[in-house]
Amino acid sequence: MTLLADLARCVPAERLLTGTAQRAAFASDALTSFRAAPLAVVLAESGEEVVEAVRACHRHRVPFVPRGSGTSLSGGSLPVEGGVVIALNRLNRVLAIDRESRTARVQPGTINAAVSAAAAPHGLRYAPDPSSQSVCTIGGNVAFNSGGAHCLRQGMTSNHVLGLRVVLPDGELVELGGGSLEVAGPDWVGTFVGSEGLFGIALEVTLRLLPQAESVRTVLAAYPGLEAAGDAVSRIVASGLLPVAMEIMDALAIEAAEASVKPGYPDAPALLIVEIEGEREVVEADAKTLDALIADSGASEVRATADGAERALIWKGRKSAFSAVGWLAPDYIVQDGVVPRTRLGAALSEIERLSAACGLRVANVFHAGDGNLHPLILFDGAQPGALRVAEELAHEILRMCVRFGGAITGEHGVGMEKREALAELTAPEDLALMHRLRRAVDPLELANRGKMLEVAA
Amino acid sequence: MTLAADPIDTVREALLDGGGVPVAGGTKPALTGALDVSGLRGILEYDPAELTLTALAGTPLREIVTALAEHRQYLPFDPPFVDAGATLGGTVAAGLSGSGSHRHGGLRDFILGVRFLDGTGRLVGGGGKVVKNAAGFDLPKLMVGSLGRLGVLVQVSVKVFPLPEAWGTLRVQASDVRDAVALMGRLATAPFELEALDLDPPGTLLLRLSGPRATLEPRLRALARFIDRPATVEDEAVWHGARELDSASLAKVALTPHALAGLDDALGAFPRRYARGGHLAWVAAPPGELDALLRERGLGGVLLRGSGGPLLGVRRGGAFAARIRAALDPDGRFPEI
Repeated sequence: MTLLADLARCVPAERLLTGTAQRAAFASDALTSFRAAPLAVVLAESGEEVVEAVRACHRHRVPFVPRGSGTSLSGGSLPVEGGVVIALNRLNRVLAIDRESRTARVQPGTINAAVSAAAAPHGLRYAPDPSSQSVCTIGGNVAFNSGGAHCLRQGMTSNHVLGLRVVLPDGELVELGGGSLEVAGPDWVGTFVGSEGLFGIALEVTLRLLPQAESVRTVLAAYPGLEAAGDAVSRIVASGLLPVAMEIMDALAIEAAEASVKPGYPDAPALLIVEIEGEREVVEADAKTLDALIADSGASEVRATADGAERALIWKGRKSAFSAVGWLAPDYIVQDGVVPRTRLGAALSEIERLSAACGLRVANVFHAGDGNLHPLILFDGAQPGALRVAEELAHEILRMCVRFGGAITGEHGVGMEKREALAELTAPEDLALMHRLRRAVDPLELANRGKMLEVAA
Repeated sequence: MTLAADPIDTVREALLDGGGVPVAGGTKPALTGALDVSGLRGILEYDPAELTLTALAGTPLREIVTALAEHRQYLPFDPPFVDAGATLGGTVAAGLSGSGSHRHGGLRDFILGVRFLDGTGRLVGGGGKVVKNAAGFDLPKLMVGSLGRLGVLVQVSVKVFPLPEAWGTLRVQASDVRDAVALMGRLATAPFELEALDLDPPGTLLLRLSGPRATLEPRLRALARFIDRPATVEDEAVWHGARELDSASLAKVALTPHALAGLDDALGAFPRRYARGGHLAWVAAPPGELDALLRERGLGGVLLRGSGGPLLGVRRGGAFAARIRAALDPDGRFPEI
C-alpha cells in the first residue's frame, strides 16, 4: 500500500489534500523566504486521526510536519519536500476550564487568545501573549515555547504548561505531567515544551491560568534617544519594581507603527512602554514609585493610563510593529536574539554600526526588561544580492548576542532559520547531546525533520 | 568565568569508577558509596542588575540566599531546607519549591541554565545565563526533579527577583478540611495576589501577602473580609515550620485541590501539610504505605527522607522518559528512576 492510500484510511477523502493548489497553500509559514511542497496535507479533526496519520508516516518512513496557523517566524512549520503536513487547526476545542485548580485543558489547534476568552467568565486568563495571539495556536506555542511582551514577570509558554498527551514520532502515546503545578520526578513536560515538534505532537494540553489582574496601569514615555530609554529601564529594575512588561521602540519602529495602525505615539527617537498590574493598592503604590522614576529619567513626554481603550491602542502599535515595517520597505527580516540586560546599550550601538556598514536600515523593537532584541532588517529583495546582505547582517547580530553572553533566540525558536547559527554557536558537546536526544526519541528523524537540527543522514 | 577543572574531574572519576551511584549533597547523611559533590561549591556569577545568578551545584542555598539578600533580592520559588544545609544542586535534583512559589511559580519557572555530567562522564549542558533562551531542547527543566538519575549537576543558573518591601500573614480558621478547600477554591479566582497559601489540616489556612509596606494593612483587612472566618494577623516566624519540615520520613506529593480532601482522609494520623493552594503536599508516612495510597488515587510523589522510592505512586513519562534516559545514560551508571 502506498502512503497516500494508507493516509486515505485515516481521514475522509475531503480532508486529505493532494491537489497542487491545495498543497501550495501550505508550502510556507510566516518565514516566507522558505518554501517546500508537501506530498499531502491531512486535515485532522481528532486526536485519533493524528495518531493514525503519524503511524502511517512511520510505517512508510516519510517525514511529517505538524502545523497550526503557520505563524512561525523561524520557519518551524515549513513542510518537508515530499513529506506530510498534519494540520491541527480543527482540533480547536477548549475541553475544560477548572476554576479551583486554575487550569484549562485544550486541544492543540486552539487559538491562544481563545483560551483567555474561555477563561474570562471565571475571572481567569492565560498569560503568555505572543504578538500573533489572535491567530497562533497553543500547539505551536508549546512546540516553540513562545514568549510575548508580558513574559517579563509571567514567564514563557513553558511556565504555563502542566500536562500533555503526546503522540511520539513512532505513534506511541504518552501522558506527561498532569493537572498539578507541582511535578514529582523529572519534568518531562518541561522537556517536551520548546522541542520544536522534534519529540512528537501534543494532542491535549493542560494550561495554567492566572486570576485576571484587579488593576493595570500602562505608562508610555518618549525619550531623546535609545540610551536614555535604556537607562530608565535600568533604574526601574534597580528600584525593586517588578513590571509585567517593559518595551522599547526606536524611531523607525515608531514611524512604521504610525504608518500602519496609527496608535498616536509621540514623535520621538525612542519610546518606552512600562506596564504594572496587580491588586489595586499595590498598583497605586507602585505607580507613584514608577512615576517618580520616569519623571526623573529625562523623558520628553509621558502618558500614563489605566483606561482599557487607551492601553489597547498603545499595545496595538507595539504588537503590530513587525508587520508594520512592511510599510517602510518591500522586504524585511525579523531577528530575535537575547543579550544580558545590562549590555542592551552596547548591543544597540553595535547593531547601529553593523547596519551602517552594510547600508541596510534596521528598526528596533525589544523586550527591554529581559534583553530580548527584535531588530527588523529592511531591504528590497528585488535588488540583486540584497537578501544575502540582509541575512549576513542578521547572522552578525546573532554572533554579537553570543559574544555578549546571550542567546540566539529568545522566543521565536531555531526552526529552519537558525539551524546553522545553532550549529555554529553551540558548544560541540552540547549540540551532540541534542542530536543524541533527538535520535533516542525519533531514530528515523521523521518528526519535523530538518528543524532546529541538521538531519544526520 | 571558567570552572576550575579539578573538582569536576574528581566527581567524574568517582562516577566512572562507581556504577549505580546515588549523589549526595548537603542534607542527607553521607550514604555509603555516594558520589560526593561537596567540592563543587561557590557562586560563579551574580550581577544584581541582571537579576540572574550562577553557582556550582554543591553551593549551600544559605550562601546564595545571603548573597542575594545583600542586594535586596531573593529566590521567589522559596526553596525549603535552607537552614538544614540544602544545596542548589540537591534542590534542583529533588525538584523542591516552597510555599512562596504560589505566586510567581516554582523552581522550574526560575531555572535558566545547567551544566552536568551525563552517564558517560561527558560535561554537557543547556540553557544559559540570560532570562530568555529558546535555543535547543530545554535541558534545565529536564534536570529539575531528575533525582541524580539523568546527570550529576555541576552548575546551575537561576533567575532572581527583587525582594518585596514587606510581608503580612493571615491565619484563618476553617471548620474542617473540606471547608478549607472550598475557601481555597473561592480564593483561586479572587484578585488577591497571595504569595503563599498553605493548609495545616484540618482547618488552619495560612495566607501571605507581600508588597509595599503601606499597602499591607488595608489588603489584609480586605482579605479577612472576603474570607469571612475567624482570622488573626501573624508574624513571619509562622513560616519557619513550612520551610524546615522536620521528620525522619518525608515525601512531597504533586496534588490538585480536587484530590486534597480524599488524600487527607486516607492519610489518617500521618503528619502532613499542604502548600501552593492545594497543589503540593508534604507527608510523613511509611513509604510503602504512601506509595500504595498515592497509586490508588492516581497521584505521584517523591520520597525525600526515609528508605525506598525515590518515586512514589503513579509514574509519568512512559516511553518518552525511557528514551531520554537511554540517551543520557546509555551504560546504566545511574540508578533506575
